[in-house]
Amino acid sequence: MVGLVIVSHSWKIAEGIKDLTDQIAVGHKGIICAGGMEDKEIGTDAVRISEAIKAADDGDGVVVLADLGSGIMSAETAIELMEDEDIIVKLADAPIVEGTVAAAVSAVSGDKIEDVIMAAEETRSMKKINS
Amino acid sequence: MSTRIYSCLKCIGEKIIENKDFLTELDREIGDADHGVNMARGFRAVIEKVPSEEHDIGAVLKKTGMTLLSTVGGASGPLYGTAYMEAAKVLAGKESVNAEDFKLSLEAAIAGIQKRGKASKGEKTMLDSLIPALDAFKEKVDAGGSFGDGLDAACAAANEGIKFTKTIAATKGRASYLGDRSIGHQDPGATSATMTLEVIRDFIKE
Repeated sequence: MVGLVIVSHSWKIAEGIKDLTDQIAVGHKGIICAGGMEDKEIGTDAVRISEAIKAADDGDGVVVLADLGSGIMSAETAIELMEDEDIIVKLADAPIVEGTVAAAVSAVSGDKIEDVIMAAEETRSMKKINS
Repeated sequence: MSTRIYSCLKCIGEKIIENKDFLTELDREIGDADHGVNMARGFRAVIEKVPSEEHDIGAVLKKTGMTLLSTVGGASGPLYGTAYMEAAKVLAGKESVNAEDFKLSLEAAIAGIQKRGKASKGEKTMLDSLIPALDAFKEKVDAGGSFGDGLDAACAAANEGIKFTKTIAATKGRASYLGDRSIGHQDPGATSATMTLEVIRDFIKE
C-alpha cells in the first residue's frame, strides 16, 4: 500500500488531517504525520520528515503532502536525504487537506503511486460549491 | 581542546544569537518575524550537538547542516542546512581550509541555496550578499591576494549586497506578498549571511 506523509508547520494540523484520513482509510498503517518541530513548536523539520517517509514505506512507495512555503522546501530536502535509501518517494502538488484525503482513499484501495499522486493533484481544480 | 572548525562555528552561532532581536526585527518589517529566533534556536543546537573534537571539517559541517535542518523550523532551516551540507561534501576529509577550498565550498553552498530556494540574484534574498561575496573573493585571490584579503573583499561585497536588497522588491518567500512595499527594507537572510562571512573573516585573519 502506498504510504503518505503529512507535512505541516503545525503539529495539530498534521494530526488533524490524519484524524480525517483515519475515518476513511481504515486500516492503512502507513499514514504518518510530520507536523511542527520535535517539541511541537511551529516549523518544519527535514530530518523528521525523512524518518516519517521511512516509517510510511512498505515497499510500494510514499507520497508526501506539504502545506506552505518552507514546508515544501523541507520536504524536498527530506527526499534528498533519502537518496541512498531504496524508497520511491514523491511530493504531490496539492492542497494539503483535500489532497491528503483523496490520496488516502486512493492508497487504501490499492492504487499505484502514480495514481495516488494524481488523486491528490486532481483536488487542485475541485470545485467546493456547485452553483 | 576544541578544534578550529568547532570554534569558528561557535563564533558564528554566538554572533547570530547576539543579533537575534535585530534579525527578527528586520524580518518583522517584511516577513514573519522569525528569522532571528529560528536561527538562534538552530545555532544553540549546533553549539551543543556538533562534536568539538572532530577534525574532519566535512563531517563537522555535515552535522551542522543536519542540526540546522531539524531545529531552525522556518525557511532558513532547509536553506542554511543545505548550504552547510553542500560545503561539507567539498571539504570531506579535510582538516584545514585554504583559499581554494573556501572558494569551492562557498560555490557549492550557493549552488545548494539556489537549488533549494529556486532563487537567483536580485530577488532580495541571502544570495544578494553571497554571490557578490564569492565573485569579489575570486577576483581578489586570482589577482594574487591572500586568503584574508579575499575574505575582506568578500565581506565588503556582501555588505554592499545588503544595501542593494534595500532598493529592490522581494519576489521570493513571505516578503514577496508585500511586493513593492518591501522596498526600503534590508533582507534578513542577506544580513545573517553577511554576519556569517564576517565571523569567518575575523576567524581566519586572527
